[in-house]
Amino acid sequence: MNPAFSVILLTTLIGAAQGLFLALFTVEVYSLFDVLSRQDGRTFYAAGSAVALVLLGLGLVASFFHLGRPERGWRAAARWRTSWLSREVIVLPAFMGAVLLYGAAHGFGLSAPEVSIGASLVIGPTVAIGAVATMLAAALFLCTGMVYACIKFLQEWATPLTVVNYTLLGTASGFMVATVFTAYAAPGLIGFFAGWAAIFTGVALATRAASLVRNARLKPRSTLQTAIGIKHPRIAQTTQGFMGGSFNTREFFHGRASGFLRSIKWSFLVLVFPVPLVVLAAGLAWQSVLLLSLACAVQYVGLLAERWFFFAQANHPQNIYYQAIA
Amino acid sequence: MTQLALVIDLNVCVGCHACVTSCKEWNTSGIAGYLTDERPYDADPTGTFFNRVQTFEVGEYPNTQTVHFPKSCLHCEDPPCVPVCPTGASYKRAEDGIVLVDYDKCIGCKYCSWACPYGVREVDERQKVMKKCTLCVDRIYDEALPVTDRKPACVMACPTNARLFGDVHDPESEVSGAIRDRGGYQLMPEWGTHPANHYLPRRKTEVVIQPDELVRADNPLKVDGKLPKPSAKEPALDDVTTW
Repeated sequence: MNPAFSVILLTTLIGAAQGLFLALFTVEVYSLFDVLSRQDGRTFYAAGSAVALVLLGLGLVASFFHLGRPERGWRAAARWRTSWLSREVIVLPAFMGAVLLYGAAHGFGLSAPEVSIGASLVIGPTVAIGAVATMLAAALFLCTGMVYACIKFLQEWATPLTVVNYTLLGTASGFMVATVFTAYAAPGLIGFFAGWAAIFTGVALATRAASLVRNARLKPRSTLQTAIGIKHPRIAQTTQGFMGGSFNTREFFHGRASGFLRSIKWSFLVLVFPVPLVVLAAGLAWQSVLLLSLACAVQYVGLLAERWFFFAQANHPQNIYYQAIA
Repeated sequence: MTQLALVIDLNVCVGCHACVTSCKEWNTSGIAGYLTDERPYDADPTGTFFNRVQTFEVGEYPNTQTVHFPKSCLHCEDPPCVPVCPTGASYKRAEDGIVLVDYDKCIGCKYCSWACPYGVREVDERQKVMKKCTLCVDRIYDEALPVTDRKPACVMACPTNARLFGDVHDPESEVSGAIRDRGGYQLMPEWGTHPANHYLPRRKTEVVIQPDELVRADNPLKVDGKLPKPSAKEPALDDVTTW
């Protein structure tokens, strides 16, 4: 496929926002059980939710650049029964609304109604909103991944690893953002977030590497023989039927040499995983916000490369029909 | 249930592109608006086409066959492009099985084109909506046209009658008979899309020559039975007269 930057920005930005929200809510749940210290509603949860909303908003804006007719974008909520894209279009604003409510509830100090469970556990409205938003975040990861994983003949995408990678990479980058955010909002939590950012990054490396290994071993099910239905081992296209460009030659192939693809692959493998981890460790050791921000930024740039490669690597069977101009 | 479709005979397609130009002419003049052409006379022309003819060389010299291969929407019976559409703009008509795009609902997200393994959907560069072969739905039901003209423009244009049009679910139809009798097949059957359009394979054209056809014989039909058959060495009538 030919990677579209609107979609690359959309998926990386909302992934980071989902991870950031999960990081915030983790702190709230942990603090319920007094595992972590309780944080201020306004400077921590409301401000963090605002950062997540900004990322989500930027992603949403980016997504509109992918549409030929953005003014009709609202129609995309119609076919949620069959289309994962439609489901994503519904879940994304729902998640944004839940994050907005979550931040607002914390910002305005909403504490009633409360439900007591047992002797010491008191659950307030923010926890309830946060639980709903967590489910929506998970649903959004599922929808975003399934948009690609459900197209069975794009064999590089048609695997559960696609959903797993979207989830883990989004969560890892979100915890990385949370680490930088917490350096300003609640310095006591830096170690907690940085640790989980490192863990998610490590697990994501394993699953992303697994998908790379899987894709390297893929055998295309469609061949020139099945594409035109002639069972002869030697078939060569003489012409695709036209000498100018067309949608078929632009949309489904990145137009780069395989060496360029390889360099992007190694770039993201270096930029998403080892470099941020090393810079993160250095940032923790020297208590440097600059280094923590650098780790976050480097990983995000790496994720842009990762997403570019994700799209470019998918080999659409229609390309079989467009191998020779004349 | 009706399933209208094309059956394309690769044995007689000569690759003249008449179906391509006829399709473009009809559909760019239709009620749904023009098919965009960008820079048609410049260095890098591009445009929206529903139908293309491609050419393949099969085999190894000297035993090669040039196969011309027209490609348009196959109107799959289980179209993967339809369920992925987030707006419902892409749909398959229940009454005749034609896969269509509602240009007023399409948001131009291109997702359906990703979900088509055959690459037969195109975004119109100006109108920014997805377009594809309609089987000339604005033509085949037009009662202002003579009955014989109520066919897709590509079928009307084909000089070798390589394109047949009809209901592939009706076992009595011309297209069903052609699929049955001439080994009609579907493209990329591995994805379970069940294309309604079928292709008829190349056939070997053989001429059977009997030994007596190589030798000119007087009275070849032996109508009267009186004349004895001369031996091959004797001069025949051709050798002694100028007719």
